[in-house]
Amino acid sequence: MTNDDKVSIDHNACMSCGGCVGVCPFRALDLDNGTKINPLLEVCNGCGICIKFCPVGAINLG
Amino acid sequence: MEYDVVVVGAGPGGSNAARVAADAGLKVLLLEKRQEIGVPKRCGEGFSVGGMKNIGVTPDPKWTVNEIRGANVYSPNGNLVSARYPTTIGYVIERKIFDKHLAINAAKSGAKVLAKAEATDLIMENGFVKGVRYSHFNEDEEARSKIVIAADGVESTIARKAGLKTTNKLIDIDSGFQYEMVIDLEFPDMLELFFSSKIAPRGYVWIFPKGKDIANVGVGIGGNEEGVAKSYLDKFIESHKELRRGSIIEVNAGGIPVGDPISKLAGNGIMVVGDAAHQVNAIHGGGIHEASVAGIIAGQVASEAIKTDNFSENKLMEYDKRWRDKRGVILHKIVKLRQSIEKLSDDDLNMISEHLTGEDVVDFANGKNFLKLAKIMMKRPKLVSVAKAML
Repeated sequence: MTNDDKVSIDHNACMSCGGCVGVCPFRALDLDNGTKINPLLEVCNGCGICIKFCPVGAINLG
Repeated sequence: MEYDVVVVGAGPGGSNAARVAADAGLKVLLLEKRQEIGVPKRCGEGFSVGGMKNIGVTPDPKWTVNEIRGANVYSPNGNLVSARYPTTIGYVIERKIFDKHLAINAAKSGAKVLAKAEATDLIMENGFVKGVRYSHFNEDEEARSKIVIAADGVESTIARKAGLKTTNKLIDIDSGFQYEMVIDLEFPDMLELFFSSKIAPRGYVWIFPKGKDIANVGVGIGGNEEGVAKSYLDKFIESHKELRRGSIIEVNAGGIPVGDPISKLAGNGIMVVGDAAHQVNAIHGGGIHEASVAGIIAGQVASEAIKTDNFSENKLMEYDKRWRDKRGVILHKIVKLRQSIEKLSDDDLNMISEHLTGEDVVDFANGKNFLKLAKIMMKRPKLVSVAKAML
């Protein structure tokens, strides 16, 4: 897998609600300080569950 | 520093747990990763009078910003089912003041509260949780404790590190989005709920008034549904003239756990409460009351565990048992109700709405009187098995 197959966060749209952290089965997302979603690309499997969940469409692949 | 209990997360669950433990004489640390407790809210802010009574809080005008007398529920074809009561049945509250108030109470009871302190890891020794590592500004700190209470919300990572399964399945979480708006309200003392697969698949749109011209206007959709919650809400607002003209003064988003609570609420030296444990009413999505009840029980069990010097999973599962007796049984019934309702088409909902009163709907949301709903559903042969599954 390359990073193109993994998630990236659109921080302009992200509300930092943390819901994506709660659905990620791989623990590849972290709500740092309650303010910023950080994807751990080495752990992300590109499954897209967080993309489907996101209330504002702020997560994409690549 | 060495504590009896470290509580991670200063929402209603965490602050109530910290207060109860501190009241029992325990040395308590309450950590909140955000710089301001109660902000940003991820909540429609509805809270019933009965719920407040259950957790021993007295309504205070500092945070009860609007009195609610009932609810208007709209079926997909616009049929209105309404319940209006002669007295106040609940409030829309200001979470940023309410949550802070609960944390202040914890501090006044003797807990040490620290904001902008993010728990980053658990201290584990011989299979027992023995405290947390946390960061506060650029300092990395350790807080050792006999018990950790993970009240770290839908994004819970602390409980996961102890092996507790707090991850939400997509089918068991709602994707929520909300604007706090200045608008002209026709019913400033009524909650309004709109049901339709087109408006909000597997969820609903809500208007919760915070005053005569201000309201939380939000949507929850099933996490696995196509589309984005924000787009559903924008579309709803666009199609309602009064809303379209409104102003947006705050934007909120969040995940709402609407499946069953996690299967095990405690481990060696750790208990999980609130959204992290999926302790939410699956019909209306409210979690303030559920988290608070759980936090209070967890605080009590923590104090009993400290007194008997036993912090094993076996001892702390007493919290699991008491919580399931008090709330788990009813919340499970409500999950089953939700899962049945999700199977109904818009046409089914229209038919059912013709036979209901608003009081019935309020009963269902509180886990009561399912038999009436089941009987209505059974008017349609294809719904007989769905109705049976709900009972």
